[in-house]
Amino acid sequence: MLEVKSVNASYGDFQALWDVSLVVNAGEIVVLIGPNGAGKTTLMRTIVGLHRPSAGNVVLDGHSTARLDGCELVERGVALVPEGRKLFGGMSVLENLEMGAYTARARQARAQTLAWVWQVFPVLAERRRQIASTLSGGMQQMLAIGRALMSLPRLLLLDEPSLGLAPLIVQNIFDVVNLVNRKGVAVLLVEQNARAALEIAQRAYVMERGRIAGQGTGAELLSDPNVRRAYLGYISTGKNLAEGT
Amino acid sequence: MTLIIQNLVFGLFVGSIYGIAAVGLALVFGVMKMLNIAHGELLMIGGYVSFWLFHLAGVDPFLSLLISAPLLFGLGVVLHQVLYRHIARFETEQKIKNSMLVSFGLVLILQNLAQQMWTADERSIQTAYSGVGADVLGVALPYTRMANLGLALLVVIGLHLFLSRTYLGKAIRATADEWESAILVGVNIRQTFLITFGLSASLAAIAGALVVVGYGLSPSIGLAWTLKALVVVVLAGTGSVFGVVPAGLLLGLGEAVSGIIAGPAYREVFGLLIFVAILVVRPQGLFGRA
Ligand SMILES: Nc1ncnc2c1ncn2[C@@H]1O[C@H](COP(=O)(O)OP(=O)(O)O)[C@@H](O)[C@H]1O
Ligand SMILES: [Mg+2]
Repeated sequence: MLEVKSVNASYGDFQALWDVSLVVNAGEIVVLIGPNGAGKTTLMRTIVGLHRPSAGNVVLDGHSTARLDGCELVERGVALVPEGRKLFGGMSVLENLEMGAYTARARQARAQTLAWVWQVFPVLAERRRQIASTLSGGMQQMLAIGRALMSLPRLLLLDEPSLGLAPLIVQNIFDVVNLVNRKGVAVLLVEQNARAALEIAQRAYVMERGRIAGQGTGAELLSDPNVRRAYLGYISTGKNLAEGT
Repeated sequence: MTLIIQNLVFGLFVGSIYGIAAVGLALVFGVMKMLNIAHGELLMIGGYVSFWLFHLAGVDPFLSLLISAPLLFGLGVVLHQVLYRHIARFETEQKIKNSMLVSFGLVLILQNLAQQMWTADERSIQTAYSGVGADVLGVALPYTRMANLGLALLVVIGLHLFLSRTYLGKAIRATADEWESAILVGVNIRQTFLITFGLSASLAAIAGALVVVGYGLSPSIGLAWTLKALVVVVLAGTGSVFGVVPAGLLLGLGEAVSGIIAGPAYREVFGLLIFVAILVVRPQGLFGRA
């Protein structure tokens, strides 16, 4: 459904993506891991048209998106939950969700989708009149995901949704990602929380310094010694540093 | 005593024009992150449209809004497409600087054009009901001035309903809050910018009609009105479109008070003092979010 073909992307003189290729098939959960500054966010933004590639192509359902305006991608079923949530801070919870259903396609089904989002995130329903910027971090993240779901995506992109959140809420968010995927939505997930992400992933990519440095099934990467050392907190003796503290 | 109350009441009336003049400026600033120095020139042109409609065709200045507001919307759209559209691509800080430069250039052009076409004569409209009004305990309440206040309230209520109830209005607020997310949910923000700019010009036209009815109109009045509007926007808090009308009323009242206390010569100084004081003491403004 999504093919990223040999994409380069730059900020002025600085090239952030080098010949990046990646595929997400219909119905899959694909995870992208990598250290800070690897270019994960840049790749996500390039996929949704907020950033233009300097070379290469983003292909959706067999058609290049190069000529599409940023606002047209959501019509074609691509939704991004951006890094840092980027909610409409002055608007209420309900208004944020209504804005999620801005496209003609989503607007028709708004009432049903909204009922479903309330069901997925009951705490949001309780606070539907609250102004988004006054919500806690966890609820803001739920709202950001809810807003993306309101557009009825076929491909959901999430950029570090668990960043800075309590473990219980992180678990909740991973559960929701699974739930949405079982409804037939393909997922591309960028995560720092590599273990939890690789566990739910069918396939995964590792990104380092603007390049794809490795790929495989979730299980393959979970057992890959390099990945374990770099992203899962293991040292070669097998002792888990993260769990040891 | 009556004289003091009379002064305050007139301060409130002129404040309602400040409010309307500032709403348009605040809208463009909040949504597009641009400072349109030429807003006062749009007000001036709107005033001339009302003036000529009255002078040549006898159209009542309040009715002429039905023509001048759409006309200025069109002018706003043209100016946006020719000039302001190109600034929209810059980063926020660059946007403010560049929009000030470009719009200052536009000020000079529009001022000179107006002078060529309509001469530098000061104009105003004397309707049959000019000067007529109610009298409450010796305080004169001219109907035209009361209409200013009524119109200011109508404008904010209308704008509030538009921004809070319609999809287009919500798209405008969403763009102001977080323009990239607006794109992500499918808002065509270039279109939002265009409509916002047109709307701002229409609001300037409304203010312009009130100016030509109650005060004086000439090609050079624009900058003074932009300055007043800017003081009001800072007073209200940048980003607070609805705080703008109460802030306008407050500035009008404040000017009246300072006029009474320190003499009429100091009226104008008051606004600038407020401007500096607010920036120092409460930079988020009276109604803005910190
Ligand atoms: N707006 C920007 N301007 C200049 N450089 C940027 C900008 N955004 C990101 N970068 C640089 O691009 C690289 C990739 O950043 P990013 O895509 O945010 O990485 P990640 O999401 O993997 O942490 C980093 O070196 C970062 O400093
Ligand atoms: Mg990132």
